[in-house]
Amino acid sequence: MTRVHDMGGRFGDGPVKPEAEDAPVFAEDWHARALAVTLACGALGQWNIDTSRHARERLSPKDYTRFSYYEKWISALADLLVEKGVLTREDLAGQGATGLHALAERALKAENVAAALAKGGPASREGGPKPRFTPGQAVRARIPADNALVEGGHTRLPQYAAGAQGYILRLHGTHVFPDSSAHGLGEAPEPLYAVRFHASSLWAHPEHPEDEVVLDLWQSYLEPL
Amino acid sequence: MPHDHSDHPHALLPPDPALRVKALETILTEKGLIDPAALEEIIDTYQNRIGPQNGARVVARAWSDPDFKEALLADADPVLADLGYYGRQGEHMVVVENTPQQHNMVVCTLCSCYPWPLLGIPPGWYKSDAYRARAVREPRKVLAEFGVTLPEGSAVRVWDSTAEVRYLVLPVRPEGTEGMSEDDLAALVTRDSMIGTGLAKVPA
Repeated sequence: MTRVHDMGGRFGDGPVKPEAEDAPVFAEDWHARALAVTLACGALGQWNIDTSRHARERLSPKDYTRFSYYEKWISALADLLVEKGVLTREDLAGQGATGLHALAERALKAENVAAALAKGGPASREGGPKPRFTPGQAVRARIPADNALVEGGHTRLPQYAAGAQGYILRLHGTHVFPDSSAHGLGEAPEPLYAVRFHASSLWAHPEHPEDEVVLDLWQSYLEPL
Repeated sequence: MPHDHSDHPHALLPPDPALRVKALETILTEKGLIDPAALEEIIDTYQNRIGPQNGARVVARAWSDPDFKEALLADADPVLADLGYYGRQGEHMVVVENTPQQHNMVVCTLCSCYPWPLLGIPPGWYKSDAYRARAVREPRKVLAEFGVTLPEGSAVRVWDSTAEVRYLVLPVRPEGTEGMSEDDLAALVTRDSMIGTGLAKVPA
């Protein structure tokens, strides 16, 4: 079973509302602060990108739906800080211990921001299983699209592609496997492929017979046909 | 384990989102876990220094230099690194070329993945439920909402950014731009044209 964030193909959301190209990067000051606080906390090294994505996905469906974008970020961050033992519930309630935190020495300093952003977090790894598929090969995306390791766990296989037939477009290399990495089960890198699907393989009423959707899918999401 | 809670800790913070951010920022600052000067540096970077102007330079160069374009489409990372465009949310770049036969368009249905070093922070619509839900199923209707109608015989390929690979669309070079400088060409390249929800501007 999927979670509320997995919305590709969903009906009923209404029109997209384009914004001017020169609209402010951050519509509100607090959006900028939410982004900066989230990035700075990531630098404490207590979780990885898959953990933090999963924290947003685990907001209750009601919260996920009603929260604005950065509200999801800041709320999931608060949850993660408590879950990982960085902060306590008392801290969030304004009744926590005072004084410097044991992790304070790891705090991201202004002079290190540029280097940290430039370094990023590459997901490619050496080793791992050998590629099983070659470009052009027909494959089927796994069904159900659930995390096979952890019930209700993080996965990057969208529901709309589950069970659909596609074709390997290219091999991206071997990348950290989010279904494992999000749960402290190790990086478990796997070959990652761009896989193209005919719109008619995904939707009962495709807009156009020639259209396609390409997804990046890990090897264990795929089976040969 | 996924740790589902009926009582999420975030509910302990003030409900108003601006106050929620402020409260968390204050707690973290008092404990020395975040440095206010670092926050300013992060905000300044994405508000003022990194944005679609980076991607526009890459596109203008690709329009002007066939060898550069060939290398960019074959293996973007080293080419972009040479220009200084790399790092967070752009670690693994793929550039896809629009042609009269194929229109590429990028989405992240699961969250908001976007090539930060080339385009900066994504606009609100890119992160909206409507775009995330609909771009994969009815891209042509979505394009129409951006005022884009594709030529007859053009197929749409939508790239759903489900991994750490980030996609940049190389838009079709507009007619009437022969002999233009890279700087002038870059001014025609819109953010939306590099996401695939727009076309490059035609020179006035």
